[in-house]
Parts: sequence; C-alpha cells; structure tokens
Amino acid sequence: MKAFLLSPEFKVVTLGIVLLMLDSFTNTKKRHIAWTGMVGLTVLLGLSFFPGLPEVAFPRGFYLTDPMAIFFKRYMLLSTILVIALALDYAQVYEEFIPSGRPGAGLGEFFILPIFACAGLMWLVSAADFIMIFVSLELVTMCFYVLVASMRKNLHSLEAGVKYLILGALSTGFLVYGITWITGLTGRTSLDGIRDVLPIVPQGYQVALMFGLGLVLVALGFKVAAVPFQFWVPDVYQGAPTPVTAYLSVASKAAGFVVLMRVIEPFLIVPGLEHKIISVLTILAALTLIYGNLAALPQINLKRLLAYSSIAHAGYLLIGVASVGADTSGPAIGFYLGGYLLMTFLAFLVLVHVGRVTGGDEISDFNGLGRRSPVLALGMLIAMLSLAGLPFTVGFFGKFLIFEAAMQSQQYLLVALGAVTVACGFYYYLKVVRAMYWQPVVADAPAIPVPAFTKLLIALLSAGIIIFGIYPQPLLAMLR
Amino acid sequence: MSPLLCLILLPIAGAALAVAGFPARKMAITAAVLNLVACVAILGFFQPDKTGYQFLSSFPVLPSLGISFTLGADGLSLVMLLLSTVVTLAAVTVARAPQSNAHWFYASLLFISAGAIGAFASVDVFFFYMFHELALIPTFLLIGIWGSGDRQTAAWKVTIYLAFGSFVLLIGLIGLYLAMPVGARSFDMRAIAEHAQLGTLFAHDTVHSFSLFGFEYLSINHSQIIYLLLFLGFGVLVSLFPFHTWAPQAYASAPAPAAMLHAGVLKKFGLYGILRLVTPIFPPHIAAPFNTLLLVLLLGNILYVGLVTISQRKLDLMLGYSSVMHMGYIFLGILSWNALGLTGAAFMLVAHGLSIAALFALSGELRERTGTLDFSELGGLAKAMPTFGLLFGFAAMASIGLPGFANFAGELMVFFGAFSAGVRSNTGFNEFQIATAIGVWGVVISAVYMLRAYRRIFMGPLVERRKSLADIAPLPKFCIAGLILLLLIAGFCPQLLVQYILPALTRP
Repeated sequence: MKAFLLSPEFKVVTLGIVLLMLDSFTNTKKRHIAWTGMVGLTVLLGLSFFPGLPEVAFPRGFYLTDPMAIFFKRYMLLSTILVIALALDYAQVYEEFIPSGRPGAGLGEFFILPIFACAGLMWLVSAADFIMIFVSLELVTMCFYVLVASMRKNLHSLEAGVKYLILGALSTGFLVYGITWITGLTGRTSLDGIRDVLPIVPQGYQVALMFGLGLVLVALGFKVAAVPFQFWVPDVYQGAPTPVTAYLSVASKAAGFVVLMRVIEPFLIVPGLEHKIISVLTILAALTLIYGNLAALPQINLKRLLAYSSIAHAGYLLIGVASVGADTSGPAIGFYLGGYLLMTFLAFLVLVHVGRVTGGDEISDFNGLGRRSPVLALGMLIAMLSLAGLPFTVGFFGKFLIFEAAMQSQQYLLVALGAVTVACGFYYYLKVVRAMYWQPVVADAPAIPVPAFTKLLIALLSAGIIIFGIYPQPLLAMLR
Repeated sequence: MSPLLCLILLPIAGAALAVAGFPARKMAITAAVLNLVACVAILGFFQPDKTGYQFLSSFPVLPSLGISFTLGADGLSLVMLLLSTVVTLAAVTVARAPQSNAHWFYASLLFISAGAIGAFASVDVFFFYMFHELALIPTFLLIGIWGSGDRQTAAWKVTIYLAFGSFVLLIGLIGLYLAMPVGARSFDMRAIAEHAQLGTLFAHDTVHSFSLFGFEYLSINHSQIIYLLLFLGFGVLVSLFPFHTWAPQAYASAPAPAAMLHAGVLKKFGLYGILRLVTPIFPPHIAAPFNTLLLVLLLGNILYVGLVTISQRKLDLMLGYSSVMHMGYIFLGILSWNALGLTGAAFMLVAHGLSIAALFALSGELRERTGTLDFSELGGLAKAMPTFGLLFGFAAMASIGLPGFANFAGELMVFFGAFSAGVRSNTGFNEFQIATAIGVWGVVISAVYMLRAYRRIFMGPLVERRKSLADIAPLPKFCIAGLILLLLIAGFCPQLLVQYILPALTRP
C-alpha cells in the first residue's frame, strides 16, 4: 500500500482531485487552475529525475519500472503539461462553444481532465498485466470521450465525440475478448506469467492463441491508428478541440505503441508464432504507410492533414515494431515518439494561435504567415521540416534509427516503401511551408499577437527539435 | 577545434546576421570573402606530402552507433572546398537583391553554401549526408519564391526528387554500415576504408533471394544491393540518366545565383560521394557485373541528353540540359576505376563547376537586361555589349572543352582512363573502349549547341530597342572573368590541382 501511495501516478491523481475540488468549491480563476496544474505536473516531472526515491515495489509482473516505463512516464507528464498550455491558449475559442450563461463554465474540466488521463497513461506504460492494461486504458479512454465531445455547441465536436465513443467502445470489446481467449488458453493474465506458460501450451492451441492475440492487435490498432483501423482518425482529429487532438495524436498513440511492444514480446519466443506475428505487423505497417501518406497528399485542412500525417507516422513506428528482431528497435521507437512529441506539439501550438485569429484551420489560413508573424511561421517551418524528416531535426534521426533497425532485421520491403513515402511526406508538409512563405498575405489581414509564454514554448520546442536532431545521445541514453 | 568548422560556420553566421536585420548583401559578400580567404589559408597550411586527412577534429554524437561529428580534409576535399568558396563568392556577388525579403534570399544562398561546404569537410558519412540535405529547403524557397517561369512546378519537382534520392542513398549508407562486422561498425570514412582494405567489410556477404508466392525471381548478393543503392542514390542527386528530369527545369527556373550554387557546387556532392564511398571501397568483382548497365546509362547522359540539349530553344533550359549532359563524362571517368580516369573525373568536377557557374551567371545577367532567354528573340547583342559577348564566348568554349581550359584537361584524362579500363579483350574492343568511342562524340554535340547558342544570341542583326543596352557592370564582370581565369590556369597547369587530387584517390 505504501508503495502505491508513493507512486507518481497516485500523486498525479491527487493533484487532479485537489484541482477538481478547488474548481468546484472555491472561486479560483480558471486560468489559475490551469497554471496550478501545469506547475504541479512540472514539479512531478522534475522529481522523476531525482534518484534515491523509494523503489516502487509492486508484485512481480504487475507494474514495471524499466527504463522504457520511466521514459514514457516523463513523456506523458510533459505532454500533459503541453496540452494544458495549449488549452489555455485555446480557452477563448472553447468558451464560445459551451452552452452556459456563466463565464468560464466547463473550462475547469477542460484543464483538469487531461491530468486524470495522464495518470491513466502513466499506469498504462508501466502495465505488465492484462487486467492493469485494460483498467488504465479505460481510465484514459473515458477522459478522452468527454474531452473530444466537450465543445457542445460545435457540431463537429459532437460528431467526433460520437464516433470516438462508438469506435472506442468497439475496440474495448475486441480487447476484452482477446484477453479472454489468451487468459483462457494460458491461465494467466500477467505478461510474465504468459511468457512462462507459453512454451508448454500444446501445439494445437496455436491457432486459438493467434486468434486471441489478433483481437488484441485489432484493439491496439485502433489506439495507434494503424490501417485498417484508422477510419475514426480524420473526423475525430478535425472535430475535437485542438489541444485534445494534439493529446490524442501524441500521448494516446505513444501509450498504444508501448503496450503493443509489451504485449507481443512474450509471444515472440514461441517457435512458429514469431514468424506469423512479424508478417502481420509487416502488412499492417505497409498498409499504414501507404494509406497515411497517400491520403495526406490532397488535404487542404491542416488539422486533417495532421491526422493523416499521424497515421503515416504510425506507419513508420510500425516498421520499428515489425523489426523486433533487431536489438535497436525498442530505443528507435522510443526516440521516434520522443521527437514526435516535440514536433507535433509545436505544429499544434502554432495552429491554435493561427486558428484563434483567422477562425479556421485550413492551410490557406496560413497564407503569408511569414509576414504576419515571423515567430509562428518559423516555429511551423521547423515543425513541418522535422515531421518530413529533414536532417538536423529530431524527425530525421527518428527515421534513421527506425530504418537502421529495419535493415538489421532485413525488412527490405518496408524500407523501400518507407523511402517512397518519405518523398510523399515532403510534398504535403511543404504545402504548409509554401502557404506561409510563397503565398501573398490576404488583404487587411491583422498581425497575429503572440503571448510571451507561447514564444517561450515555441523557442523551447524548436530548440529541442534541433538539439536532439544534432546530438540525440541524451534522449537515447534515457531509453537504454 | 578544426579550422574547417570556421568554413561551415561563417556562412551560417552571415545568414543569421542577414536575417537579424543587418544589410543582407554586405553580410553575404563579407561572409563569402572571409570564407574564401580562410579556405586559401587552409590550403596554405595543408601538407600535400602527408597521406590521410588533416585538420581533424572529432566530437562523438552517437557512440553506440559509431556516429561522430568529424571534420577533416585531404587533397580532394580541399579542392572541392576551394570550388565551393569561389563559386559562393561569385554567386552572392552577381546576385541582385530581390524586391522583397532580400535578407531571406541571401540567407538561403549562404545556407546552400554552408551545406555544400559541410558535406565536403565531413569525414563522418552521417554528417556528410546531413549537410547535403541542409541545402534542400533553401533551394525549395529560392526557386519557389524568386524563380522565374514555371517556378512552382520546378520547386516541387526538385525537392521531392532530391528527397527521394537522398533516402535511397541513406538506405544504401545504412546497408554499408551494417555490412561491417558487429562491434566494429562506424560511420567514419576512415574506418570504412580500413574495413574494405582488411577485407572485413563484406566478410559475411550472403545471397538474398526475393521471392513471390514461393517463386524466386531475383537472387542477389547483399553487397551488390548496397552498391546499386549507393550508385542510384548518388545518381539521382547527380542527375544520372534516366533520373535527370528534375535538373534542367530546376536550373532554368532558379534565380541565377541559386543555379550557380546548385549546378556548380551542390550537385557535385553525389560524384564526390561516389569517389569517396564507392570506388575506394567496393572490390571490382562486386562492381563489374553492373558496368554495362551503368555505361549505357551514362551514354544516355552524353548522347540522349546531348541531343535534347541541341533541340532547346531557350538559353536557360539549354544550360540546364548541358550540365546534365556533362555528368556523363564524369561518370565515365569514375567507372573506369583507374587512377587516370578517377583523377580526370575529380578534375572535371572542378572544371564543370566553374564553367557552369560562369554560364549561369551570364544567363542571369542576360535575362535581367533583355527579359527573355528565347533564342528567336535575341541576336546581335555582341554589338551592344562586347565585353559580355567576350565573356560568354570564353565560358562557352570552356564548357565545350577547348584545349587550354580545365574542361579539356579533365575530358582528356577521362577518355584516356576509360579507354584503358576493363579487361583487355583479345578479339576486339571491350565495353569501355566502345563506350569511350561513342562518348567522344559528346564533344561534338556540345560544340554544336554552344556555338549555335552563341550565334543566335550575339551575332546577326541587332533589334533597334536593344542598341542602348548597358554592357556588363564592373563587379559581375570581375567575378565572371575571375572564374574564367581560374579555368584557364587549371587548363594550362592541371598539375596544380592534380597534385592534391591524385594522392587522395590512390591512397591505399
């Protein structure tokens, strides 16, 4: 019990509850709640770097504290801080769509729910037991159901909420059903236990085992937006409030990949099964790469473009998962996701500010941004180049590490496909660059004011993208 | 701390100052002049009698993968650095500040220069690759914003084509890295060369079979896949036929200084890469099976693209195609795989870089004055601007390969090298000799299009309204004359450059 009380997740939940109480029973300003949340999470993030705190001693095979889990706990904390920062900037747009006479109604939940989702995500990346995976995944998904649909006067947001709810529930169904099959065949729920039992599971059960694992893969495919389980992504991403979209595309996807890697790992030691699992992952990766990149080409709405690009990035990450044979694939995926956090949040941060002034998120709303607001344009330029995978940005190193792992495990088909789709990516990401720098400014377009805190965030994220793009060692060291 | 780092940082600092609001043109020219001076100074301190890289400095970036930021230069890279700094100075000097965003214009030019210099000064393959890519986005912006004609299409095409070629190249480089024995892998060029020499590079070369539904349709050695990937990746960047279609359009649409830098310096990256990473590393038995294929492709460059060049009706497109065509000679020199041919190829890198830069500078000046580059609308201009005509004549002659110019020396070495290459055949000519015999006709083709262009532009009747056209201004005149002078010096005394190039290429 003591170990549980000391775990970082518990502190995050406590923070969330305290903020919820403050919001309900005192007249604290909403902005101050957001700031308190950010400061609290930052303190927790800082504490995670101090060694010497008591080791969390959960029963074996239930809760992991390996380097990957610790890395991704920090990852979730950082992305939640950024989401709240985005939500602060987005609050003005958000309030227009809340049906209430009271100013600031609904804002408190908008700032606080991500904190609960964060706790769920942090449990998820440590989870080493199917029960734990399921419960924490539900905690995350419940928060997202509310967050996606929370702009209740906006039809797109409501549509997104319904779609996310139905497909989320469907994928939960797949997950539980798959877990049932696997547990039924092995008699264990913990991944460690399954690893111990699998070698003695009779040969005849392999088809059934594969079926159960397949169902789990389908459910996780929904979470990471792998083709053919991606169809909810564009509409939900476009309709959801922009900070929630960013949260979905970064934190939720990252957690999905961590769980995916953890879940398939025990099954790989079974002879005969490894080959099949890798084949399935290869096909998923190939489809995701092709679909994500080709569908992104004609997009004219930036949020939708980013949705398809997030599918495309899931494709590159799946190349990494399909290369599990290489010992570098785990760190490569972690590094890629780390870079993905920086560049995606930078893109969404700029999008929030441009959207607030222009009232839309079409690419044409970015026309002439280079003149209207050089800071925002430069930030977006760096984000887009990094997403495209240009050297000297973290996005390039991510792709390099993924390709290296794939070459090592001889996934030549995926590597060849990756090279083609990277070229596709250059086209659609540079479309935004073209709008910002080539296209003329719309007549009488107002200059876009950028608050100092946003400037600081843009500077920090850009610096992170470039520094880790030149010197990736610190980030990689955390993963090993 | 290597002095080579200064060469990279100076243009970047110039670009940063220009963006920060200092007078852009002055900053750019200052940075370029300082860089040229620094490069000449480095050349002065270079010891030609020592083998291996000099001015080394290294900073580990990713020790687990053997990546480090290592700078160093040997004779070949120094010659390329000299070419880069000379062309950069010429490009920023002849550049005319555009109406809008002049600071971004000059910053982009300096970034292309920094990318090329960084690539030539890198000893680590990874950074060698990264620096080249640094130039991709400035090119996109330069063509897209300040270009002419169908600039948007050209900008998209060049960017996507080069991005694709670069990733093919990247995969080849990763393959080369993985071909080294586990535990001793490194991206350092010296380490790769050492492995190649010790025979540990492709020690575990296995056959890879591609099969579809159980039917094997291709079996090929891993080493050969890597060879092809590297050759194709570099080939796309150098506009090897049939991957050349991005080049003419991009050069025609790009503003003159961008075309000078790209065609004159940056495109040489691919050939330099082959000289560094393919010819000294792959044993002949891996490369030989592809000789015929590559010879056919490079003859496509010389003959097919040459004929396409003849049919051009506009000067900018003609120059673009001619620069693609000349890559064929350089490939021929490289494929010959002997010291003479390789030296000739490296020599031609410099010669072609200088001559195409001079030609693009002149073509930009011409567009500025007359507003058109269409042969049918030009004529008799030598009467209005005699100095301009003289300079163009010299540059055109250099490009054709007239004796006395560096291009001639380079072509001669390439042809001699190629003719003596390959296995001697008792029954007749071998493939290299046949290819050389065909390739020589390229010189005639260049003479046809260059001389015709000269006639159409500078001879014949002069239109009345062009009688008062101003001759070339002193500053551009000085720059272009300087480029031509360098071509003449290198043409009369090729040994000046060969003494640096040859030891770098024949190092064990």
